[in-house]
Parts: sequence; C-alpha cells; structure tokens
Amino acid sequence: MLQVEGARVQFGDYRALDGVDLALVAGETIAVLGPSGSGKTTLLRVVAGLQHLDAGRVCWGGDDLARAAPHERHFGLMFQEYALFLHRDVAGNVEFGLRMMTSDRAARARRVDEVLDLVGLDGFQSRRVASLSGGEQQRVALARALAVSPRLLMFDEPLGALDRVWRHRLLTEIRSILDRAALPALYVTHDHDEAFAVADRVAIMRAGRGVQLGEPVDVWRAPVDAWTATFLGFGPVVAAEVRDGRVHTPWGSLRSSSPLEPGAVDAIVRPDGARIDHSGAIDATIVRSTFTGTRVELAAVSGSGPALTVVVVPRDAPAVGDRVRLSIDPDALLVYPRRAD
Amino acid sequence: MNGNRGAARAVRIARVAVPVSFLALFFAWPLAAIFGRSLRASALTDVLTDPVFRRVAWFTLWQAAVSTILTVLVGLPAAYVVARFEFPGRRLFRAFVTVPFVLPTVVVSTAFLALLRPGGPLAFLHWQRGVAPLLVAHVFFNVAVVVRTVGGFWANLDPRREEAARMLGASRLRAFRSVTLPLLAPSIIAAASIVFLFTFTSFGVALLLSDPAHATLEVEIYRQAVNLFDLRTAAALALVQIVAVLAVVFALARAQERRAVAQRLVGGTESARRPRGRERIVVGGVLGVTVLFLGGPLAVLVWRSLHVGGNWSVGSFRALGSSASTTTLFVSPWAAVRNSAEFAIVATVIALVVGGLASVAIASRPGRSTRSLDAFLMLPLGTSAVTVGFGFLLAFRHLPFGFERSPLLVPIAHAVVAIPFVVRAVVPALRSIDPRLRDAATMLGASPARVWREVDLPITARAFAVAAGFCAAVSLGEFGATLFIARPDWPTVPIAIQRFLGRPGEINVNQSLAMSVILMLLTIVVVFGIERVRVRDLGEL
Repeated sequence: MLQVEGARVQFGDYRALDGVDLALVAGETIAVLGPSGSGKTTLLRVVAGLQHLDAGRVCWGGDDLARAAPHERHFGLMFQEYALFLHRDVAGNVEFGLRMMTSDRAARARRVDEVLDLVGLDGFQSRRVASLSGGEQQRVALARALAVSPRLLMFDEPLGALDRVWRHRLLTEIRSILDRAALPALYVTHDHDEAFAVADRVAIMRAGRGVQLGEPVDVWRAPVDAWTATFLGFGPVVAAEVRDGRVHTPWGSLRSSSPLEPGAVDAIVRPDGARIDHSGAIDATIVRSTFTGTRVELAAVSGSGPALTVVVVPRDAPAVGDRVRLSIDPDALLVYPRRAD
Repeated sequence: MNGNRGAARAVRIARVAVPVSFLALFFAWPLAAIFGRSLRASALTDVLTDPVFRRVAWFTLWQAAVSTILTVLVGLPAAYVVARFEFPGRRLFRAFVTVPFVLPTVVVSTAFLALLRPGGPLAFLHWQRGVAPLLVAHVFFNVAVVVRTVGGFWANLDPRREEAARMLGASRLRAFRSVTLPLLAPSIIAAASIVFLFTFTSFGVALLLSDPAHATLEVEIYRQAVNLFDLRTAAALALVQIVAVLAVVFALARAQERRAVAQRLVGGTESARRPRGRERIVVGGVLGVTVLFLGGPLAVLVWRSLHVGGNWSVGSFRALGSSASTTTLFVSPWAAVRNSAEFAIVATVIALVVGGLASVAIASRPGRSTRSLDAFLMLPLGTSAVTVGFGFLLAFRHLPFGFERSPLLVPIAHAVVAIPFVVRAVVPALRSIDPRLRDAATMLGASPARVWREVDLPITARAFAVAAGFCAAVSLGEFGATLFIARPDWPTVPIAIQRFLGRPGEINVNQSLAMSVILMLLTIVVVFGIERVRVRDLGEL
C-alpha cells in the first residue's frame, strides 16, 4: 500500500530525514518510535505531503505521490495536541472534511452522528470544543480524522498531553477502531509502551534513519544495537569480554544466546532478564526496593558492576539489605560488539 | 491540479507584488517627486537659512512637546482610575475616552470654535484663534492614547508591590513615586511618543484653530503650496518634515527597545476594586472632570448645531439643502456627504485588499524579506497626510487622460494613510493562528484557497472588521491630503466644513456645525458599529 523509499529532508545544514524506507501492508499499523528530533514527525509530514522531499519518494499502491497535493491524498492525520478548530463546535469540527467532499447536509449529519457514536461522544454535537476535557478533545480529533474515511490514518503523538488513565483507555479504543476498520495506520510516538500496545510492527528511528523494523515482540527480545536497547529502557550498559563462549561481566561469567565473537563487547541485561534463583551464580545484596503496585523493582549490587534491576511480585520481595542469589536468562543477556559511540 | 498550483503561485506573487506596486506608485513616487523638487535649485538651503522657516520649525517642535506633556498630565489620573478601580460604566467610560481620538480633526476644530465663539460657554475667556486652543485641542484628541496605553499597562501591575512599599513605611505618594512610576515609565514613554508624533504632524486643528503667526510645518507646507503656489519652498519644507519625523520615529523606537529589554513583564492580575471612603471623591472627581473635558466640546457642538438665532431649531440641518450653501460649496452639502461615504467605502476596500494581501505575505514567512516589506508598509505612518497629499499634487500633475483630476485619487490617498493600520491589526491575528490548524484543514481535503476561507478568514474576521472600521473613519475624517487633491466639485465633508468655516456670517457657521455633527455621528457609527456587530456574530474566540 504505502511505500516510502529513500526519503530525505534537509533543513539547512540539518538532515531531518536521511534515507528512510518503509512499507506498510493493508490493514497494518506501524508505530514509528524514536526520541524527539529523530525525524519521526517529519516522516509523517512527508507522507501527508505537508513536507517537501529533497530526495526519495512516497508511493501509494505503486503510484508516486509527488504530484498529489496534500489535500488530494485522502490521508487522515491526527495532530499532537489535536489542532481542533476552536471557532467551530464539535459537529463543525467532525463535519469539516465531509463539507469538502459533499454538499448533502443530511448525509453529513448522519456521518457525524455515526462517527461521534463510534468514539463515544454521542450527544456532544453542539458542544464548544474549548469546553471539553483533553481526552474528549482527543476523541473529537479522532472522529474528525475518521469521518472522511481516509485510506491511511496517521497519528502524531496523539496521547502526549493526556494523563495515564486517559492514555490507557484511548490507546485501547484506537487499537480496536483501527482493527475494526482494517485501516492502515502510521502511529508516531516516543513512548515504547504505547508503540508496542498499538502496533503490528514497530519502526525505530534515530537521527533521521530507520534503525530497526519488526514486530513488537521481536524488537523487544532483540534490539538491533546497544543504543536501541538503551532507548527501550534496558540497562545499564557494561563493558564485558567474550572469551571461551562465555561473557565475562562485572557480575561474573555468564551465558548468552546472542551470537558471540571473541573480544570486547557491550553487555545489557533486559529488564525481565534477572531473577531471584537459589541455585543462581550471582551473589548480590538488595540496596533499593521500589514498590509500583503490581510489582516491586529491586536494585541488586554484585561484584564491581552497576546495580541490576530485578522485578518481582510484591509477595516475594526481599527486604533492603538482604543477600540473594540471582541468575540471568541467557536469552536476556544482550551482547553487542563494542562501538565508538 | 496544475491549474491549482499555478493559481497558488499567482496568489503568492500577488500578495507581495500588489502592495509593493501600490505603495511604489502612490507613496514612493509622490515622495520622490517632493525630493526631486526640493533638491533642485538650492530650495533646501534657502529654506534652512530662512529665519521665518526656522521659527516655524521651532514652533512645531515646541507646541508638540508642550502638548505631549499636558496630555500625559491630564491622561494619567484617568488612566489610574480606569486601571485601579471598579465602578459602574467602566467599560463605557473607556469607550467614551476613545471617541475624541477617532473623531475627524475638522469636527474637533468646529467644536472648539463653537465653545470659544461669542455666545459659546467659554466666550468669556476671549481666546482668539492661536496657541491656547491649539494646545487644548491636542490634549482633547490624545488623552485616549495615554488612558488606553498607560491604563492597560497599569491594570496589569500587581498592586501588592505598592502595598509592600507602604508596609515598609513609604507614604502613598512616595510609594507611587518610587515603585509604580518607574514600572509605568515604559508605557508612559510609549504613549508620549505617539502623542508627540501626532501633535508634531498636526494639520487640521493647527490650520483651523491656530493663527498664521503660529503655523506648524504642516500648515506652512500647505500655505506655500496652495496659497502662494511656491512648490519649491513647499517641497523643501516637506523634505525637512519627512526627515524630522523619521528621525523622531527612529529615536523613539530605539528608546522603547532599550526600555523593553530592561522591563520584565508583570503578570496580568485583575487588580481593579471598588473605591472606598475618600477614594470615592478622587475617582468621582477624575471621572467628572474627564467626562466634562471630553464630552463638553462635543455636547456644545451638538447643542449649537440645534440652535439658530438663540432658539432651538433644526434649521441648520434643513439649510444644508438650500441654494445659499450650494453657492459656497459649488455642490449641495448632501453631495459632500455622499462623496465622503463613497470615498470611505472605496478607500476601505482598497486598504483591506492591499493591506490584507501584505499581511498574509508578512505573516506567512518570517524572514528578512518580509521584515523589509513590513517596514516599507509602515512608512506612511511616519509620513504626514499633508506630505502625501502634496506628493500626489506634484507627482500626478502632468498625467494623461485627466488622471490627476480623477476623483479616485482621493480614496487612493486615504488608503495609503490607512494601510499601515490594516497591517498592524491583521498581522498579529494571522500570526496567532496555530499553523497546524491549516495543516489539519488540508489533511481533511481543503484546497489552499478553502483553507484560507475556512481557517484564516473566520479567525481573523474580527481583526479585519476593526481594521475596516478604522479605515472608514480615517477616510471620513481625512483632511490634510484631501485638501490638496479633492476636486472643487467633489468635496468631502471635512473640505465642506473648512469652506464653510472660511466664510463669514452666521449661516455658514451654522452649516459647519451641522455638517460636523453629521460627520461625527458617521465616524462613531463606523468605528463602534462595525466592531460591535462582528463581536456578537462570532461569540468569544
């Protein structure tokens, strides 16, 4: 459906997009995940046609879109902080795109009711946009984008301004609406939880380039490099050495299922990798315990290395100062060749 | 699709090309004509060395400075009361204070003449036309600038600063002098700068209320060009005037810039409260005196227009249709009213189109080129109306097809004067639009033209309405430029009033009063009427 090939965008000396490729298949949601400044919003604007490409192309079903103006592409875009029209009421916002398509008032009103019902805002038609809560405004923005039945829906950090409870609810709703409509979607976010929850595949961007594209489970299991692992919240990164098929870390000599070449490496333990195990090889002391409700995050110090994070259910949590034995799942010990950066 | 794109490019070019060529033709060329004239045959040196003209320049400077100081002194108490106290009719009072500012200079002049003339309430002062009425009229005009600028700023000053000073043992006066006044200084300077500029380039009241011995540069340019037909000298004087005004504008802008950096913005707390105890007397006194000072002359104008030979009568208005007044004017006074209304409509349309296009260009691309466009468009602000009119006279004197006699020149000159106001009103409104709103409309299928109509226009409608009201008011009251270019058989209302004032006899005085009342009402309706309607239409944005 959507193909982006070698997309490059230059702002003066700054290269916002540096040769990005992306292909979206029918009905699929791809989350574009990256820190701020990685070019993910620029990528969305390029697909939308709001940003001019310096090189590369954007195609839909094999047709180059270079000559299609943004308002002729039939793509929907939900903006960061929604960009609602404050000079129109809720219905006026949702109806906006429909007015560009048809002069049939009755049909428009029907569609507005239908979409507002879909996002759970039935009865809000004549409410003023400014009087709505953040979550409600976000739903109006979603309804406005959905009303015209776009062939592709794009989201630019749609949940950024919301609190936790709303984020969770809307994320679930967006997911179910996308599934039901079988609408292909691009979802830009800097939050990996959000990306994993909403997407079929995740594309990770760094400094204007795509670094990894894959299903959430695969990306989580095996980030492509140390930077990606750190960006996903893994850590800490320690200097280690591969010798005799084992990884010699400050916590001891460990096994890893990563492909191993002898020499200096960076080693990272995935957050789900370390666990309390009476037969474990690592002797550690609990130095900090953080209660988060459903689980407890422990910081455990062993040898000369930085503290390891161990997640346990509250019932099993040892006290600060306790000595425990830990083991590290070989699958969760990620090893990357040492790089200069 | 290609057609669309071609159209988009045409619009992009037009929004720069139209304002630039309009102002090049109707502002830069007339100015160049003045330059050309004045630089020829040592006119400039003659003027600069002539003690008569030095005296004129000195008087212009002197009366502007005194007018400014007086205006600030009269305006500050009203600014204080409006900023600090809540009282019934506060909004009405603020609107009322603005009325004199938008009134045509001829109306104000007629009102003051009505006050001072034998039979008027202030006739006992025995003031002749001269410096005193000129200064008072300047204060009358510009008090609004001080009340609005300083009052608006004052309302946002946290009163607790002053209270803190008083807790530390400062008296009320001391607290004001050492805490509030320094904080207010930038706004006072800003207001004073504007007042100085207005009074420095004062023409209408200077011509009608002052005497020939006390002429401002503007009046002298007019006298040389029209009465003595010495275009050379007039051009040299105009050049002196342009240079002086630009120097003043530049110096004041610099002074304000320096101030603005040093001054931290204070949070906008609404600090007005009801007056208590003795404050009631102060508030009441200030309000009473201000209302009397600003309302009195206008009330007397209306009152005297409704009296003929000491009795209540609408005779003055009825006489507007008589043949006697037609002889004075060459046309019927009602024709002048119609001319004024038509010119105002044409001038407003021209100014909104030209200024609107320029505003879009300035707001859409911040950068060096649009900044210079912005600066270019502001130039008419720093040029007096007399200069514009005189420039028209020089530049378009020898055009083919009788263009120099075209009545269209009048609204064009009015538009030149009004365009800076349109740009000042519309650009901030356009800049306040979140660009993502336009993107959102685009993504929903709106073409660029549709985006403009659906997003930009509704959001800036209020600014356009305010600008339109202001343009119409400028055109209705414009006097300095019109005096040079209006055809004798196409007078506007201000020109008609001036002609009536220039003739002896009670009948002519009465005609000038009646026409002034009509012009005053027209102006008040366009300025306050348009704004009122639009605000209600849109609700609060």
